[in-house]
Formats: sequence, structure tokens, C-alpha cells
Amino acid sequence: MQNEEIVRKINQLLIDEIEIDESQINPAADLKKDLGIDSLDFVDLFVIVENNFGFKMKAEEMADVKSLQDFYSYIINRINPN
Amino acid sequence: MSRVVITGMGIYSVIGKNLAEVRESLYHGRSGIIYDRLRKEMGFRSALTGMVDRPVLKGVLDRRMRIGLPVQGEYAYISTLEALHHAGIEQSFLDVNEVGILFGNDSSAVPVVESVDILRQKKDTMMIGSGYIFQSMNSTVSMNLSVIFRLKGVNFTLSGACASGSHAIGIGYLLIKQGLQDMIICGGAQEINPESTASFDALNAFSIRESEPAKASRPFDRDRDGLVPSGGAATVIIESYESAMKRGARIYGEVIGYGFSSNGEHISMPNVDGPVRAMEKAIRDAGIKPSEVDYINAHATSTPAGDSNEARSIDIVFGNSRPMVSSTKSMTGHEMWMGGASEVIYSTLMMNDNFVAPNINFDNPDEITAKLNIATKTTPFEICAFLSNSFGFGGTNSSLIIRKV
Repeated sequence: MQNEEIVRKINQLLIDEIEIDESQINPAADLKKDLGIDSLDFVDLFVIVENNFGFKMKAEEMADVKSLQDFYSYIINRINPN
Repeated sequence: MSRVVITGMGIYSVIGKNLAEVRESLYHGRSGIIYDRLRKEMGFRSALTGMVDRPVLKGVLDRRMRIGLPVQGEYAYISTLEALHHAGIEQSFLDVNEVGILFGNDSSAVPVVESVDILRQKKDTMMIGSGYIFQSMNSTVSMNLSVIFRLKGVNFTLSGACASGSHAIGIGYLLIKQGLQDMIICGGAQEINPESTASFDALNAFSIRESEPAKASRPFDRDRDGLVPSGGAATVIIESYESAMKRGARIYGEVIGYGFSSNGEHISMPNVDGPVRAMEKAIRDAGIKPSEVDYINAHATSTPAGDSNEARSIDIVFGNSRPMVSSTKSMTGHEMWMGGASEVIYSTLMMNDNFVAPNINFDNPDEITAKLNIATKTTPFEICAFLSNSFGFGGTNSSLIIRKV
């Protein structure tokens, strides 16, 4: 999967599954402060990522994921490690 | 001691999705019972059930509020919205006053089944997601509604089997009477789905009159053959008389008596003594004579033993005055955890509109039920005070007395 496609898919999942308003989608957005993703939403992100990208996220790896760009990068690196 | 009054009601039931629809169904004796093919395919002995559409809340509540709500919580959200509106209470009032919530609920089967199914399939708890825990607990309704409506008062669920909704109003009444709360959102909620009733179906307690769904629930009738499970949600706003006066609220009734008891015998077989003690305790609490009760909304679920024992109990307590009796379960089926609250609403609607709803399908009495003064058709009648009975597994009994103000 190409990186652009991964980003598009993440954005669509955030809009459809977490119900984030499309106008708020911005790589610089802080997941918690700007997008309002709380600790319970993170639990749902684990399910969404496994169902849609086919791998399990690890909680310890998410500690450094603060912005939407960090989240894109984390998913891209898990799918395309090189 | 504070007087406790009813200032708002809301209902989402198999005979109507709001007070106006329910009032019409009660008046015209309409049944909400259907044949559910899915239950037969699953292996149920009886495919009969009450049925109501699932509310559509997308666009009404945000995602976080929706994903913790099981179906009975959705019903209860709708009934509570109507009750608050009926009481003239806006969110701004709830934000600055200590309003509580006490709901009756005693199961939440589907989220339990679904979350364990996910675990068995995925072998990873992280795949269950965040919503199921809040849907699964018995306290799901009070837990969710207290957050949605930002409530700041008493907040818990009462699980008392098929008397849950009645006990919720009874305990709320006691808290307000004691001066511990000014206003409480009380009610009962009952999920409608095969998962929650399969093990009940296994007890051979349900009617199998599947060829005539609307005639299956026939409390007190000679040919009754079992109950019909049902559900929905009912919300009753109760508050102190002083609070109601201060708000200029309309009063639909006054809760004057709550009686409770336990049979101390069999887990599923009802008896006569326990209900007698609950009714007598409610009458003593109300400070009235049995002859001052004009109407009894019976618990009668259409089971052979339950209806007989309740008829004997009513005859012992009210045999001299013989008030009018009907079981609205003849139309709604057995709303279980919700029934104690919904039946207070059904009876209060009758009291405010001066009629007694019929005990439909009461074609022939048996030797015992013949002792009661059962309303077989819609009867114009001024109810000044009514008693509502609710009994449940384990022998829990609740009787509430409400009077006109």
C-alpha cells in the first residue's frame, strides 16, 4: 500500500469510525487536544487498525504518537518498514 | 417529611413510542405482541414477544455517548427526553440543580454475548473495543443517562427482577420523602432481543398461543398459558411538592405509599403471603384505608400460578371494597425490569384521563380470578388513588400507591 493511500485510509477511518469532523483533519493536529481522541477512543483505534490494516498496535509504541502526522508515520512504518 | 409528586413522564413501549400514542393504545385496548420468526429459527419454544423499533440516535448523540448505550439504554434515553420535556425541565436546570437518577434494570445480554464472542474468535481483549463494558453492566442505563444529562444527584441502578422499575420509584420516593433529594429521574428499562430471554423461554413460562399473538397475553383468563416477554423504557420524574410548587410544575400524581416484601420461599414460584404484606405495607405507608384505592394495576403476567396467587392476595386485602382491577400486560406483554415504572405511567395516564384500560383477552374467569372486579372493557371512571403491583423472581414484591392531587 502506498503511503498516500495509507494516509487517505486513516483519514477516512477517523471520519467514519471516530466521527471526527473532516474540517479538523490536519497532519499537525494534536490527537488529544485538537481531535478530542481520548483514552477510550485509543482503545477503539486498536480495533480499527487491526481490522483495516491487519496488524496489532502496541500500547508502548503509541506513547510518542502525539499528532496526526505521528500517527500516519507510525502506521506507514508498520506497513512499509523500509 | 416531604410530599413526593410526579411531574413528568416519558414512555417508549410496544404499544406506543410516546405518551400520546400509549394513551390511545390503552384506551382502545391495542396489543403490542408479535410473532418473531427469528426466535423460532433459534430454537425458542415460543416466538411471541412485544416489539418496538430501535431508536436512531446517530446525529442526536455523539459517538462516545452512543457506543456505551445498549438497546434498553437507547429506549431509556428517548423516554427520559420525553419525561424531562413533559416536566418542563431543560438541561440548564439539570446543570445547576442536584437531580438524581434511579433506574430499574436487571440484564444486558447482547453486549455480554457479543464481547465474549469477539474474545473467543480473536483471543485478544484489545479487540473488544471501548463500548461493551459500559453496555454490559446492569447499571448501564443510570450510568449512561447520568453522563448524557450531566446529572449530579443520586446515581445507581436497582436490580430486583421484574419489580426493578417499581422498586426504583419506591426508593426514589423514600429519598425525596426523607429530604435527601429534591428531584429524581426514576424508571425502568428492558432490552428486547432473543439473547436476553432464551433462558427464560427454557422454563416453559411463555405462552405458546403463536397462532394468535394479540390474544396470547391474557392475565386472569381461565385459558391463560403463560407470559409474553416484552420491553422498552419508562421514565417518571418525581420531586418534592415544594420543588414542584417552586417551579410552577404541573402535578400528575402524588406517590403516597411504597410497600415491599420478600416471599422467603421458592425462587420462581410466587406465593400469596408476600404480595399481601407488600400491599398492606403500602396502604399503611399511605395512611389510607383499602377502600380508598379505586383501581389496581395488577402484576398479573398471564401465568397460571402467578395470576391465581395475585388474585388471592388482592382478594385478601381488598375483598371488601373490590376495586377495579386490570393488567395492562394483556396489551404490552411482560415488560419485566421496565414494568413497574411503565405501569405507574399507564395508570397515571388513566387517572388523569378518567378511564380504566381494559384487561384485554379476559374472556372467562376461573374460580379464583372470578373474585376480582376485572375491567373487561375500557371503562370511564374517576380514579382518585391506584395501587400498582410488581413481583419478581426470588420472591421480591413491590406495591406503589399513587393518588390524584
